[in-house]
Amino acid sequence: MSTISEKIFSRASGKEAKANEFIMANVDYAMAHDGTSVLAVRSFKKMGLEKVWDPKRIVIPFDHLTPANTETTAALHHDIREWIAEQGIPNFFDVGEGICHQVLPENGFAMPGKLVVGADSHSCTYGAFGAFGTGVGATDMSEIFAAGKLWFKVPETIKVTARGKLGKHVLAKDVTLKTIGTVGAAGATYKAAEFYGDTITDLSISGRMTLCNMAIEMGGKAGIVPPDKKTFDFLEGRAVEEYEPVYADEDAEYCAEYDIDAANLEPQVARPHQVDNVCDVMEVAGTKVDQVFIGTCTNGRLEDLEIAADILKGEKVAVRTLVIPASRSIMIEAIRNGTAETLLEAGATLGTPGCGPCLGGHMGVIAEGEVCISTANRNFRGRMGTGGQIYLASPVTAAASALTGEISDPRTV
Amino acid sequence: MESKIKGKAWIFGDDIDTDVIIPGKYLRTTDMQVFADHAMEGIDPDFSRKVEKGDVVVGGNNFGCGSSREQAALALKYAGVSCVVAKFFGRIFFRNAINVGLPLMEADIECKDGDIVEVDLLEGTVRVNGKDFKGNKLPDFLLEILTDGGLVEHRKALQEQDK
Repeated sequence: MSTISEKIFSRASGKEAKANEFIMANVDYAMAHDGTSVLAVRSFKKMGLEKVWDPKRIVIPFDHLTPANTETTAALHHDIREWIAEQGIPNFFDVGEGICHQVLPENGFAMPGKLVVGADSHSCTYGAFGAFGTGVGATDMSEIFAAGKLWFKVPETIKVTARGKLGKHVLAKDVTLKTIGTVGAAGATYKAAEFYGDTITDLSISGRMTLCNMAIEMGGKAGIVPPDKKTFDFLEGRAVEEYEPVYADEDAEYCAEYDIDAANLEPQVARPHQVDNVCDVMEVAGTKVDQVFIGTCTNGRLEDLEIAADILKGEKVAVRTLVIPASRSIMIEAIRNGTAETLLEAGATLGTPGCGPCLGGHMGVIAEGEVCISTANRNFRGRMGTGGQIYLASPVTAAASALTGEISDPRTV
Repeated sequence: MESKIKGKAWIFGDDIDTDVIIPGKYLRTTDMQVFADHAMEGIDPDFSRKVEKGDVVVGGNNFGCGSSREQAALALKYAGVSCVVAKFFGRIFFRNAINVGLPLMEADIECKDGDIVEVDLLEGTVRVNGKDFKGNKLPDFLLEILTDGGLVEHRKALQEQDK
């Protein structure tokens, strides 16, 4: 009678773990990126420690401000690289390799049944592979660096079931936004989510990553899709160690259940400045945009770029359009299969794999009063630039809006 | 760190996210003063100039939702905020606050800007204008981390004991 989270925490803590108990759990893999490793390493050094608990279980991708945008950033990157070398951490992914939440799965660190903790709130992405992926802050990460374990409160779990076949130009992102609009921005706070239903099993790995990536946007500690053949196929030849899939018991206890009618779902948009401020695209169609951004750990994967290219093929964008692949391997594949060429010919700009302007650091931030339609996961006030407005949507809705210069229903362009 | 805290209230609403507590453009430094100077800038650009040492931030639902940036808790701490009281917190902010030694309390209180708020961490209570509110007392192991001044100091204290 256990949920996936209870089972993973039982294994990780070495004792039967039930919801709401505090436990000490062994972490299978720990991730920090260039943004959070700075303070994590600072805390680690202040603790007076010399060696990390297990260099092989630490993964550090540089993605937030890459390539370095200022001398200060360059100096911080430099210090972290030195520390990585000192510690002998083999899993270091430098500038241009991609976004942490893409790099970890591509390299087989996100596996069913594992506890993967990242110093980044979107670490819940790893739930797409049946892992318990969760985010912590820098000092918690320094504690993991030190001891390989951390305290957790075992979360209660909400069950989300999505049923029905998605219509034309209705994508995983629309299911995700609909779910967040339904559960609410705080509806899963301190809780985990498990995702079920034929809509979810029909999603590609890429689509499942979009869904789990945004579990934190309803407050979730984790969002988990039970692993299946698609998961195992993806991990074939990638998984860095053996894993054991974990499933919920039939009589597992859920604190709340939600049903999503995916068959009748329209393309969704999250309006400024909250992610749960969700509506059908028709309600905001015609809103002028200044910038379109397709990328991020939410929607910067190959199928996202391809669907944007399908819309833009042979056309010209009406507004500046940034496309940033989530990883080097995605960018290479997009170049090989002609997707990159199509996007560039349509007038889009292609950026270095990484987070881009998502969190307002560099490479496409917006001016006061400007509007961006983005495939990212957050539209918080000022996130991409003070006084800017962010609408969140799927890559096909974003691409359709690029063609017209206003928020557009992809089924009408 | 004292377990009894008394300070002047600054009221904020529901869903105060970490991007407004400390905007992303100020994250790339280890200078705590930079975080302090821009605390709450996304929602109240003058906050860091107005807030006084010992003041208490009072939020509604889901205070500190959003990113894992520890700089959000650091910004409030170094701006002089002595405690954050909210109905409930974004879970990463909750952990970060304890880890950097910024006291917090989950409590549903009636309070307006400028009221004097008294928080008793050991009792798990909040008093405003002579009225007492029951909060969620932190578990003992988290109170110990807070009492030591945060997780770094706590670990150092434990390492001392082991010697």
